[in-house]
Order: sequence, then C-alpha cells, then structure tokens
Amino acid sequence: MEEVFRALADPSRRLLLDRLFAAGGQTLGQLAAGMPMTRQAVAKHLAILEAANLVSVHWQGREKLHYLNPVPIGEIVKRWVGKFEDARVEALTDLKSHAETKEKRNVRT
Amino acid sequence: MSAPEFVYTVYIAAPVERVWNALVDGDVTRKYWGHENRSDWKPGSRWEHVRAGPDGVVDIAGRVIEIDPPRRLVTSWHSPDGEGDPARTSQVTYEITAMGEESKLVVTHSDLNEPGMRAGVSQGWPLVLSSLKSFLESGKGLAALDRKVKELSD
Repeated sequence: MEEVFRALADPSRRLLLDRLFAAGGQTLGQLAAGMPMTRQAVAKHLAILEAANLVSVHWQGREKLHYLNPVPIGEIVKRWVGKFEDARVEALTDLKSHAETKEKRNVRT
Repeated sequence: MSAPEFVYTVYIAAPVERVWNALVDGDVTRKYWGHENRSDWKPGSRWEHVRAGPDGVVDIAGRVIEIDPPRRLVTSWHSPDGEGDPARTSQVTYEITAMGEESKLVVTHSDLNEPGMRAGVSQGWPLVLSSLKSFLESGKGLAALDRKVKELSD
C-alpha cells in the first residue's frame, strides 16, 4: 500500500493516470507526446506506476500498451469504507444484545 | 484483434487453483460477486452470470471461447437482449499466473462497443476484483455481513 501512496504523491504521475483514465491503451510514445519532460522521464514514471500496480500493461504485437488499473485504489477505499460497514454491523449486534438484556430485565421485574 | 478497452490486474495471496475456482464455481462467485457464474465450462458452451436470489435473473451471458484450467479462460460477454449481435458482444479474458506465494490475475475486456456496457464494466471490474481479493484472502467480504445478519434473525 505504501507503494501506491508513493506513486500517487507525484503530480506528473497523477497526470499520467488522468490521461490513461481519459484514454486507455496508450504507448510510451503517445504518453510522452503531451508531457513537459523527456521520454526517459515518462518511462521512469510509468515503471513506478506499474510497480505499484496502478498501471496494467498489455502487449499488442510489439507495442506495449498502458492502462489505468484502479484496483489498488479500490482496496484503499474498501479498507476504510469496510470499517464503516463493520461498525454498522456491530451496531446491529449491540442492538440485539441490548434488546436481550432488556427482555431478561423485563422477565425479572 | 483490436487493443482491449480495459486491462485490470490484481495480486491475490492465494494459489492459482483457488483463484480459478473463484471464477468458475457459482457458489463462490455468489459470495463476492453477488452473481453465480454458471456453465459446464467446455469450449463452445454457454455461460451465464445469474443474479443471486430467488428470481435468478440472467444479467450477462456468452460462450466459453477458450478454457485452460487453472490459467486461462476466454469468454464472450453480452447482455441477454444482445444475444447473437456481434456489435453488442464483447470478450473477456482471465489470465492467472503464479507469483511465488501469490497469484496474479489479469482481466482483459475487449470489443466493448456498447456505451452502456462500457460504462458499467469500467465501474464494475475494480469493485469485483477487490471484493474477490478480500474474499480469498480473509474469507470475509459480503459473507461476513450475511453471517451477522443471519445471526440476528435467528
């Protein structure tokens, strides 16, 4: 998960992801064309994004195509949104034990 | 073949056989996908993506194009009313590779010409794949919620 945050921390890499979100399946050449940096620098950024699994790669013949892979971002969201879901379930469980206690109390009185 | 529209990658801490099983066993897909994948999984056979629940609505259907357990599965993919219409039929490829203790699953979706299906698919796959990952790694996910709700109703 650290790799994902580190990869996302750089504005150039976020821009590359924006461009892949707009159009998937771009080559290094296509991505480098609109970036204010050398092709080598873009290649390096793409390698970091690929290592963080934020970019998926597909070989079309001899062409390496790049795609935005939002799965790790989904996992980050799920991690904390999941907590809310658990909390909601716990609240239901608490409600049940509360209701049972109340019932027992009623029996006693 | 034209370049795919979407390529999704997920790393899962589970053996390839378990990941494979989680794609073709309807009892498993129901737990993290909310749908049962039903087929006899033979080349040329029909497969259906059936919504979990008493109504058994088929949301997606297609054919098994290529199958090589537990590594590679290629299916066609269309909404039920797009049956037999090549313009409304897309193709999904699942590839599972062992990476030490983990498995790498790559899902490739190609020939997505329908705008509606394209939008649905682009939002759906990331959720399905992260749900699959957490289901296989923790055994939890929707199942945990279901169990607790059932506990309450007992």
